[in-house]
Amino acid sequence: MIALYLTIFISIIIALIFLVLFLSSVKNNQYEDTYTPGVRMLFEDEFGAQPDGKELKKTEKQNNNQN
Amino acid sequence: MAKKEKLVCYHCGLEMSEAETVWFDDKAFCCNGCKTVYEILNQNQLQQYYKMNDMPGIKSDNVDENIKQKYAYLDDPEIEKKLLEFNDASTKIVNFYIPNIHCSACIWVLEHLDKLNPNIAHSEVNFPTKNVRITFNGDKISLRQVVEILASIAYPPLISLDDMDKDKKKNNKKLLYQLAIAGFAFGNIMMMSLPEYIQSEGYWIERFAPLFRWIMFGLALPVVFYSAKDYFESAIKGLMQKIVNVDILIALGISVLFLRSSYEVISGTGTGFFDSLTGLVFFLLLGKYFQRITYDYLSFERDYKSYFPIAVTKIVDDKEEVLQIKNILPGDRLLIRNEEIIPIDAILMKNTALIDYSFVTGESLPVEKHIGDQLLAGGKQIGNFIEVEAISNVDNSYLTKLWSREAFHDSKIVNIKSLTDKISQYFTFVILTIALLAGIYWYFTDGFSTAIWVVTAVLIVACPCALALSAPFAFGNMLRKFGYHQLYLKNAQVIESMSKIDTIIFDKTGTLTSQEKYEVAYEGIPLFDEQKSMVKAMVKTSNHPLSRLIYQDLAEINIIHPDKTEEIIGKGIVAQLQDDIYKLGSASFVDIEHENISTQVYIAKNNQVLGKFVFTAAYRKGITQLFKKLQKKYQLIVLSGDNDSEKPILKKLLPKNVSYYFNQSVHDKMDFIQNMQEKGKVVMMIGDGLNDAGALQQADVGLALSENTNVFTPSSDGILKADKLSHLDRFLRLTQQTKAVIFTSFAIAFLYNILGLGFAITNHLTPIVAAILMPISSISIVIFVTLLTNIISNKLINSNL
Repeated sequence: MIALYLTIFISIIIALIFLVLFLSSVKNNQYEDTYTPGVRMLFEDEFGAQPDGKELKKTEKQNNNQN
Repeated sequence: MAKKEKLVCYHCGLEMSEAETVWFDDKAFCCNGCKTVYEILNQNQLQQYYKMNDMPGIKSDNVDENIKQKYAYLDDPEIEKKLLEFNDASTKIVNFYIPNIHCSACIWVLEHLDKLNPNIAHSEVNFPTKNVRITFNGDKISLRQVVEILASIAYPPLISLDDMDKDKKKNNKKLLYQLAIAGFAFGNIMMMSLPEYIQSEGYWIERFAPLFRWIMFGLALPVVFYSAKDYFESAIKGLMQKIVNVDILIALGISVLFLRSSYEVISGTGTGFFDSLTGLVFFLLLGKYFQRITYDYLSFERDYKSYFPIAVTKIVDDKEEVLQIKNILPGDRLLIRNEEIIPIDAILMKNTALIDYSFVTGESLPVEKHIGDQLLAGGKQIGNFIEVEAISNVDNSYLTKLWSREAFHDSKIVNIKSLTDKISQYFTFVILTIALLAGIYWYFTDGFSTAIWVVTAVLIVACPCALALSAPFAFGNMLRKFGYHQLYLKNAQVIESMSKIDTIIFDKTGTLTSQEKYEVAYEGIPLFDEQKSMVKAMVKTSNHPLSRLIYQDLAEINIIHPDKTEEIIGKGIVAQLQDDIYKLGSASFVDIEHENISTQVYIAKNNQVLGKFVFTAAYRKGITQLFKKLQKKYQLIVLSGDNDSEKPILKKLLPKNVSYYFNQSVHDKMDFIQNMQEKGKVVMMIGDGLNDAGALQQADVGLALSENTNVFTPSSDGILKADKLSHLDRFLRLTQQTKAVIFTSFAIAFLYNILGLGFAITNHLTPIVAAILMPISSISIVIFVTLLTNIISNKLINSNL
C-alpha cells in the first residue's frame, strides 16, 4: 500500500499540469477570440497550398530576414 | 431585377441593404472585401491567388489624394507614439478598430496585407471585436502609409480621441483563473474525501487519512485565498459602508468553513468540510461567470471621444498644419474635408457646408449651412472641404460640456439595492439569531465545545449558496435571451432596474422616427414621365443621401440617358438632355428664396422651378400599438430637441395621455429626467444620438436605439436594435417575470436551508451531510431558474411574432 503515496502524488502532479496548461492558454489569449481562427483555417483550406504561394512566401521571408 | 427581392452578396451570401451595396461586374457585393476576393478569383481563375500585388485598384501606391491628406496627422510623432502598441527600432505593432469588418472575406483581405506591401510583416484580425493587429517594419513604412493602405482597400480604421488615452484594462481573465483553480481543487478534494465517507475506520483509514486530509487542506488554500478573494473584499467594503450585502454572508460562510475544517485537520479530529467549501466557491464563481456576457462588438461606454478625430488640419498663412484637437484655440482656422467631423463649435468661413448631424441628433438628412453660420461640434461635413474658425475649445463646446456634468462621474449602481442584497439583510439577521439561540441551548445542555460546533454548523449550512446563485443564473440567462432578440444590456443589474421603472421617455428624431426611411413627397407642377425619368437618371450616380432617397422613390420609373450630368458637391446636379438643362438641388442652386422649414430638393428646367421633393421622416412601424400597450402601466413622455411642427401628427398617432415636450436642448433633457427622479419616478430613457447622452446617463435605465449595431451609440445601459422597438413591452414584462422566478427560487432555497438548519441545530451536520446537501441545493436551484427563464422568455417573445 506504500505505492499509494506515489500514485496520489503522481495523480495530483498530472492534474496540476493540466491546470497550468489551461491557465497558460488563457494567459496567451487563446480564449480572447474564438471565432476568427476557425474562419482563417477554412481559408487556407479553400485555396490549398499553392506552389506559387509557397515560393512567394519563402522569398518574402528572406526579404524580411535581410531587413 | 425586381426591386423587392432581398439583396444578397454574391461572394459571402450576406443580406444587405441597397445603400451599402458595392456593384461590380453586374454582381452585388456586401463590401469591398468580397469584391476584391471575387475580382482575384475571377481574373486569375483561382490560379495565382497569392499574387495580389498585381491586382489593379488595390495597389498600395494607388492611394486616393483625398485619403492621403486625411491621415497627415499620423506623421506627428506624439500621436504615432500613443497609437502604437509596440514600438521597437524597426518593428512596430498597431491595433486598429475597423468598423467595416463584417464578413469572412474581410478577414481574408485584411490578413493578406503582407501581399499588398512587403513591409507589413503580419496582420491578424479579431473578428468579434472588429480589430486588426498589424506588425510592420517601421523603417520602411510609416504608420500613416499603413493606414492609407487600409483606407484605399475600403477598410479605413476608426481612429478617435479615445485611442489617445490608453489604459484599457482587461480584467476579465482573473475570473477564469479563479474558476479554474476552484474547479481543480473541488474535483480533487471530492476524490480525496471519498474514502472516509465510505469507510470510517480500519487500518487503511488510520494510516492514510492524515495524508488525504493534509492534501485537501493544501488544495483548499488557493481556493480560499485566491478564488474567493473578491467575496472577502466585497464583504469588507460592504461593512465599511454599513451595507449588508450577500457577500458578507458568503464571506462569513467561507471563513467559518475554512477555520473549522482547518482546526479539524490540524487537531486530527475530523476530515473537515473542504469539499463543501471548494464546491461552494466553484458554484458561486460559475454563477458569476455565467452572468458575465460580453458583446465584444458593442461598447456601452462611449462618449464624444469615440466620435471625434484625434487631429485636424489648421491653416496658418495658407499652409496646412496638423493640430491635435486638445490644442485647438478659439480663433484657429481649420480645414474640414469630406466625411470629417467638426470637433469644435465654429463659424463657417469658406464654401457651403452640408452637415450631417446624425451622430448628435439622430436626424440623418444633412443640413445646409452658409458662410457666417455657426456650426456645432459633432457634425460631419459631406462633400467639398470647408474652412471654419473655432469659437471655443474642445471641452467647452456646446455638446462636450455635457460630459463635465455630475451624472457622468458617479456610477448609478449605488442608487438601487439589488434584490439579493435586500433579502440577505433579513436573512443574515435571522441566521445570526438562530445560531445564537442554538449555541445558548447547547452551551447549557452539552458544554462549550458542542455549542461552538453547532454555531459553526449553522453558519456553514446557512451560507446562502442557493440564494446567491439564483439571481446570477436567472439574470444571466435572461441577458442571453435578450441578446438573442437584439436587446443588448450592459449587465444583469439593468434587468432589475428595468423591472422597477414607471416612466418611459422617448426621443423623437431617430427613435420614434426611422433613421433610414423617409417619405418623399413631390409638390409643384406635376412632372411628366419623361421628366421623372430624367430626375432618376440625374440622381442615379449621386451618393448624396437625398439623391438615394429620390432614386428609391422613383423605383418604378424607367431610366433614360441624359447627354451630360454633373454633380456639384454640396449644391446639386445639372444635366442636359438635348436642349433642355435640368437642375436638381438646394434652393440657392435653383436661385429661389431659401426656406428653412423642412428638408427639400428643388427641380428646375431651363431656370424655371417646377417643384420640390419634400422629405419627412417616417415613423417607425408598430409604435402606435406599443404606446397603447405601454400606457396602461407606464407614464409615457416624448422629449424632442426639434420644434413642435410634428406635434399634430404625433397626437394622432399616439394615445391621448402621452405628454410632449419640444425644443429641449441637450441639457434640458438631462434636467428634465433629473426633475422626474426627484419627484420619485423611476425613469427609462430611450434615445439614439449624442444629444440624448446626458438623458441616457441620468435615467435609471438608458436604452440606446440603433439601426445597425456597427454604428456607434452613445453610452447607455443597453442597446436595442431599432426594429425591435415594438417589442419593448415584452422585454419589460419579461424583466418582471424574471424577478418572480427569482423570488420562487428564493423560496426553494429557504426550504433547503430549513432542512440544513435542522441538521445543524440538532448537531447532526456531518461532513457527508453537507457534502450531499450543498451541491444538490445549488444544482437544483440553477436548473430550476434556467429552465423557468427559458420557458417564460420563449413563450412571451415568440408569441405573435
